[in-house]
Amino acid sequence: MTRALILLRRRLVGSVFVLLIVVIGTFLLLEAAPGDAVDAYIVSTGGDAGMIELLRHRWGLDQSELTRLANYLWALLHLDLGQSVTFSRPIRDVILERLPNTLLLMVSATALSFGLGSALGIYAGARPGSARDRFLSIGSLALYAVPGFWLGLVLIVIFAVDLRWLPIGGIETLASDKTGLDRAADIAIHLILPVAALGFIYLALYLRMMRAGMAEAWRQDFVLAARARGLSRRRVVLAHVARNALLPLITMLGLQSAQMLGGSVVIESVFSVPGLGRLAQEAVAARDTPLLLGIILTSAVLVVVINLLVDIAYAFLDPRVGAGEAGA
Amino acid sequence: MPGFTISRRKMLAGSAMLLASTAMPALGWAQAPKKGGRLVLAADSEPRNLNPAIVASNGVFFISSKIVETLAEASFDGKDGLAPRLALSWEGAADGLSATFKLRDGVKWHDGKPFTSADVAFSALQIWKPLQNLGRTVFKDLASVETPDDLTAVFKFAKPTPFQLIRNALPALSSVVPKHVYEVGKIEDNPANTAPIGTGPFKFGEYKAGQYYRLTRNTDYWGKDEPYLDEIIYQVLPDRTSAASALEAEEIQLAAFSAVPLADLDRISKVPGLKVITKGYEGLTYQLVVEINHRRKELADVKVRQAIAHAIDKDFVVKTVFLGYAATATGPVPKNDPQFYTGDVPTYAFDVAKANALLDEAGYKKGADGNRFSLKLLPAPYFNETKQFGDYLRQALAAIGIDAQLVNNDSAAHIKAVYTDHAFDLAVGPPVFRGDPAISTTILVQSGIPDGVPFSNQGGYKNDALDALIAKASETLDTTARTDLYKEFQKEVAADLPLINVAEWSFISVARDTVGNIANNPRWAVSNWADTYLAG
Repeated sequence: MTRALILLRRRLVGSVFVLLIVVIGTFLLLEAAPGDAVDAYIVSTGGDAGMIELLRHRWGLDQSELTRLANYLWALLHLDLGQSVTFSRPIRDVILERLPNTLLLMVSATALSFGLGSALGIYAGARPGSARDRFLSIGSLALYAVPGFWLGLVLIVIFAVDLRWLPIGGIETLASDKTGLDRAADIAIHLILPVAALGFIYLALYLRMMRAGMAEAWRQDFVLAARARGLSRRRVVLAHVARNALLPLITMLGLQSAQMLGGSVVIESVFSVPGLGRLAQEAVAARDTPLLLGIILTSAVLVVVINLLVDIAYAFLDPRVGAGEAGA
Repeated sequence: MPGFTISRRKMLAGSAMLLASTAMPALGWAQAPKKGGRLVLAADSEPRNLNPAIVASNGVFFISSKIVETLAEASFDGKDGLAPRLALSWEGAADGLSATFKLRDGVKWHDGKPFTSADVAFSALQIWKPLQNLGRTVFKDLASVETPDDLTAVFKFAKPTPFQLIRNALPALSSVVPKHVYEVGKIEDNPANTAPIGTGPFKFGEYKAGQYYRLTRNTDYWGKDEPYLDEIIYQVLPDRTSAASALEAEEIQLAAFSAVPLADLDRISKVPGLKVITKGYEGLTYQLVVEINHRRKELADVKVRQAIAHAIDKDFVVKTVFLGYAATATGPVPKNDPQFYTGDVPTYAFDVAKANALLDEAGYKKGADGNRFSLKLLPAPYFNETKQFGDYLRQALAAIGIDAQLVNNDSAAHIKAVYTDHAFDLAVGPPVFRGDPAISTTILVQSGIPDGVPFSNQGGYKNDALDALIAKASETLDTTARTDLYKEFQKEVAADLPLINVAEWSFISVARDTVGNIANNPRWAVSNWADTYLAG
């Protein structure tokens, strides 16, 4: 059996337990929050005692917590996420509708922060302590310190309101009936600002890590050997120093995916992107427990899968990883 | 002196110029509404059920009032403040046991079937009375609806019901849905609840969750040449700052229901091409109210309640919290109500010294730390203004030696804490006045309401005289006598203070100059927009 497959099997077994704990924990947490879905609903409608009783019965909220949790887990075993109280639709459909938007936002923002971050990190780390190194380090830290929603609002004011170069929000032009490449281009234009707002915040992380890794690599013997062999500085930086500094960044990529999901809640609200983050926020406000559980489950699966991919990639990039496990 | 001769020709030319200049603005006003165009506006919530016959709330009306029509709509100049929609005329019997509606001829549902009195009977009996949040109260005594012909519906009541109440309830409670669509299957699960079918000027087009609703022009609408717009798009903008930016960027042309926060109005009113409109919400008045838990022994004392009323500077609240976009309140009926309001009630001028004296008199002396007692204060989170008033009230109470602990919850938690658990001493709430005190106002002070009913008396207040007054008004048929009883009701509430009315406010619209016929009725944002148009 190949290394990757063994890793996969171990991870999957572990993941099931993680997901079970996530589901039960979330359920209990949400139950502990005061007010239920009916309380959240009647805020906008009012209603008499009879109507409220009717609603609790229709939404199954008159059953005990344990019964509801057991029902949920039983349905989950049959891969059924249940019915959303707020949308009156199957939760699977509601989530599948939003998932692509969040994935698109996350992947693009990760590509931006990872790509630009590591490139700038190499640029800064090539000459540690230089003026450009200090400028980039401080600049990226400043960006890291900026709250996401604020950066989003500033970008909107400059590029959407004042300059009117880019749309103010949304995932595509409303009710435009565009198809094919036109639609893809339209979505890309709508993604520029939210991706920038989300990506720039995490850029600093990759930049600083790349730079630190390079500083470390400079002191290694193989770099000295490479220089002694008379390789050009450019070649030493790219093929030896940067390449070795890249490995920890891949690990970070997996860890960051969970953080990105959190960050997208804010960015999706500011830019009116119909994604999972915003949906989660709405589900909490509406006390739509099954919907929130569905979202959290989806996110957890997402994070597990990404980390699995990272591990597999790692095993291929660095032969030392997984070598010990192959015998196990 | 040729320069000074005034010829007849010059004289004529001059007067013609003068005439033209005065006539010009008039010409502008008389310009016929333009046909066509797409109106894009901001929406901040996505109601789960769009059937206004089941859910009579502003969030639902905002979208569905363009699709599903009521028997009558509110009007600035119509008789009894009403304008005909699906009903052409209405009349209550002297004994209060029946009400007759003559219906509009030639009206078609969006699926092409004719609209008849059977639809009205079905909506009233199967939906308004058993299922509708407000109708369950107002139509509780509705026994049957007779349909002698296709264009006449006669409501029969088991107990005498004041026709004034039915009339006042028409704009919000009388949405008519098609019988042939709803008579199959469970009404609550009908697909038309999320894709409504009505008689209105616009048809439901599509809904993309988290993005937009699209309504399209009903080419078969009964209104001559109406509607003017081809499409209405509600763009979902969840962030409170987005609507203002979207207006400035010309991505939307209208933001109703105060989607633009009050603090931004001053700035946005100076943006060329945008106008701030405060009219068109007269029939949707919200009341800023201090809810009181009378189970607390201190608050059960009317002197303490009076002291709190004296400690609140209402003018300051209007000026600072509402930035002037509100009015001070005197009692449970808002000043802008044309039928019931009376200002002839006990009032409580801002007077800290008097408030302190009243508290001393009540026997709650200041302790060594300057405090008399502590209270738990729960401001409702639904509006910025209710939260801000909570902060103000805490300071105002501190000035009279009452230490208020602020408890901030989200909406669901607040509803549960106040209306089910009664875990509050004071709360700040925004009840709505719906054109008649019997719809949702008397319930705020009446006793005997079960636990868990929101926006009702959950403070344990019981006043037999007030209960008797409310009961008497609910069965008084004569309009003048009934109105007088509600004036007495206002006096009694202002005197005994089961709750404290602080201010009354409504919403603001911000629109592009090009949007025409805005705010031309007292419930404009939730009316059918058949005559709304886009110029230029």
